[in-house]
Amino acid sequence: MDFSQIDWADIGQATLDTLTMTGFSLFFTVILGLPLGVLLFLTGRKQLLEQRGVYALLSFAVNILRSVPFIILLIVLIPVTLLLVGTSLGVPGTIPPLVIGTTPFFARLVENVLREVDRGIIEACQAMGAKTHQIIIHALLPEALPGLLAAGTVTTIALVSYAAMSGVIGGGGLGDLALRYGYQRFQTDVMIVTVAILVLLVQLLQFFGDRLVLRFTRK
Amino acid sequence: MIGKIASVSVQWAPSAFSWFASVIRIEQLHKNYSVDGRSVSALRNINLQVRKGHIFGIIGRSGAGKSTLLRALNLLERPTQGRVHIEGQDITQFDSTELQQLRQRVGMVFQHFNLLNAKTVAENIDFPLKLAGQYTLEQRSRRVDELLELVGLADQRDKYPSQLSGGQKQRVGIARAIANYPHLLLCDEATSALDPETTKAILRLLLDINQRLGLTIVLITHEMQVIRTICDQVAVIEAGEIVEAGDVTDVFLHPQHAVTKSLVAENQALDLDALNHASRIPGSLLLRLTYTGAATWQPILSRIAAQTRAQMAILQGTIARIKDTPYGQLLVELSGTGTETEAVFGLFRQMQVRYEVIEEGAR
Repeated sequence: MDFSQIDWADIGQATLDTLTMTGFSLFFTVILGLPLGVLLFLTGRKQLLEQRGVYALLSFAVNILRSVPFIILLIVLIPVTLLLVGTSLGVPGTIPPLVIGTTPFFARLVENVLREVDRGIIEACQAMGAKTHQIIIHALLPEALPGLLAAGTVTTIALVSYAAMSGVIGGGGLGDLALRYGYQRFQTDVMIVTVAILVLLVQLLQFFGDRLVLRFTRK
Repeated sequence: MIGKIASVSVQWAPSAFSWFASVIRIEQLHKNYSVDGRSVSALRNINLQVRKGHIFGIIGRSGAGKSTLLRALNLLERPTQGRVHIEGQDITQFDSTELQQLRQRVGMVFQHFNLLNAKTVAENIDFPLKLAGQYTLEQRSRRVDELLELVGLADQRDKYPSQLSGGQKQRVGIARAIANYPHLLLCDEATSALDPETTKAILRLLLDINQRLGLTIVLITHEMQVIRTICDQVAVIEAGEIVEAGDVTDVFLHPQHAVTKSLVAENQALDLDALNHASRIPGSLLLRLTYTGAATWQPILSRIAAQTRAQMAILQGTIARIKDTPYGQLLVELSGTGTETEAVFGLFRQMQVRYEVIEEGAR
C-alpha cells in the first residue's frame, strides 16, 4: 500500500466539509427536532397536553420519514433542496436532506428521554402553580439534560454516517471522497485514510458526548 | 427566628377570607375513574371541614382514596362531583389562571420529595418564588436564606438533592412548600419514605411550622403514629368513604369503626390476644379504663382501693400522649360483689375515667 500518492489537501478539505455538514445539520436538527420531540411528549397519553389526534398525526409523520431509507430520501428531496438552498450539490445541497432525515429520529429520542423524567417532579411543579411552558423550561428540559445530550451525541454520529452517503448525489466530504477515489477508482489508500478519519471522528464525538453527559448528571 | 421571618414578610397580609373558621370545606365530593370503559368510584360523598391553624390527618390503608382526596384540595385531581371551598372560595369553579394562583398559595410536600435534581437546594427553594413572579431577586435570596435557616439546612444551600439524605431532602421539600407564604400545607405521606428517627424530626418540624406560622396542615398517612404525634383532627377513610372523623383523642381512644380499631391496634400496647394466657379469677370483669388530661397524673387506682373492697389487677397499661394531651389506658381485672363493683363504677364516673367492660364473668 502506497500512501504517498494521496492528495492530503483533498482529504483536509473533505474532512472540513464533513464537519461543516454535520455541524450545520446538527444545529437545524436540534432547532426543529427538540420542539417536535417536546410536542410529541406533551401530547402523548396521560401527559400535560394530551391530544390523541395531534399525537397520532405527528407520530405517523415521524414514522414515515424514519422508514424511508436515507439514500432514497436524498434523491426524493432534490427539488425541495433546490427550493431551499438553490442547489442540490456540494455541502449546502446536503444539509436539507440531512436535517429532514435526522429531525424525526432526534425528535423520537427526545420524546423517549422526556418520558423518563419522574412524573412526581412534574406533579410538584403543577402543585406549585407552574404554567406548562414554565414546567418545560425550568423542570422538564433541565431534568432531562443528560439524556438530551446523549440523544444529541447519537444524532451527531448518525449525521456523520448519513453525510458520508451524500456522495451519491454529488455532496462533498469524506464519504464522497471514499466513494469516488476508493470505490470508483480503486484507490484503496484513499478509502482507508477516509475511513480511518471517520472512525476517529466518531470515537471523538462519542467520547466528548459521554463527558458532557457525565458533566450534567445530577442523579 | 420566627420574629425575623414575620418582620421581613410583608406578604403575611391575611386574605379577605381568613376570618373563616374553616379553611377547607368539602361538600358531597365524588370522584369516579374510568378504567377500561367501566366507571370505578374512588371517592364517595366526602364531607369535611378543616379549621384554620389545625393539623388535620387523613388516615387509611393504601388504595383507600386518601391520595385522591388530598389532591382534590389543589385540584391535581378534579372531582367528578361536589364542591371544594378553600378560604371561602369554591375552587372547582376557578379558571386555569385562578387555579395557578391558588396553587402558588397552597404548599405541597411529597412522599418521594420530588425535588428538581438539576437544581441546587437553594434553587429548589427559590423555584416557587420565581414562579410567583412578584419578588425581586434580593427578596427571593433573603427568603431562601430564612427558609434554609428555618429547616436547618443553611450549610447545604449549594448542594444538589442527590447529595442529601432522605430527611434533608424532605426538609428542602418543606422549605419549598412554605416558601411563598401559603396558608395551607398539604402533606402526601411526607414521612413514609423515612426511617423512624427522621420521621420524628420531620414531624417535629411540621408541628413547629404549624405553631409558629399558624399554617393549616392537611396530611395523609397510613401510620397512626403520625396522627397521634401531630394531628388535632383525623378522618379515617376506607374504600373511598370517610368512616370516622373527629378529634384525635376521641378517635384514637374510642375507635368505633373496624378499620379505625385495627389501625389503632397497630400502634397500641393493649393486646387482647395476649390476655388469653393470663390466669383469671372466676366471676371477674375485664375492663378497659381510659382517662385523659390532668386525670392521667392522679393516683386513681389507689384511691379506689382505699374507698372500696373490690380487687383490681392491672393486666396491661399505657401512659402516653396524643399530641399535647396526656392519656392513660389500662386493662384491669375487677373482682368483687355487685355492690362493690357498682361503687367502683361510681368512683370512675366521679374521677372522669371512661370504662368499658370487655368481658364479663370470665372463667
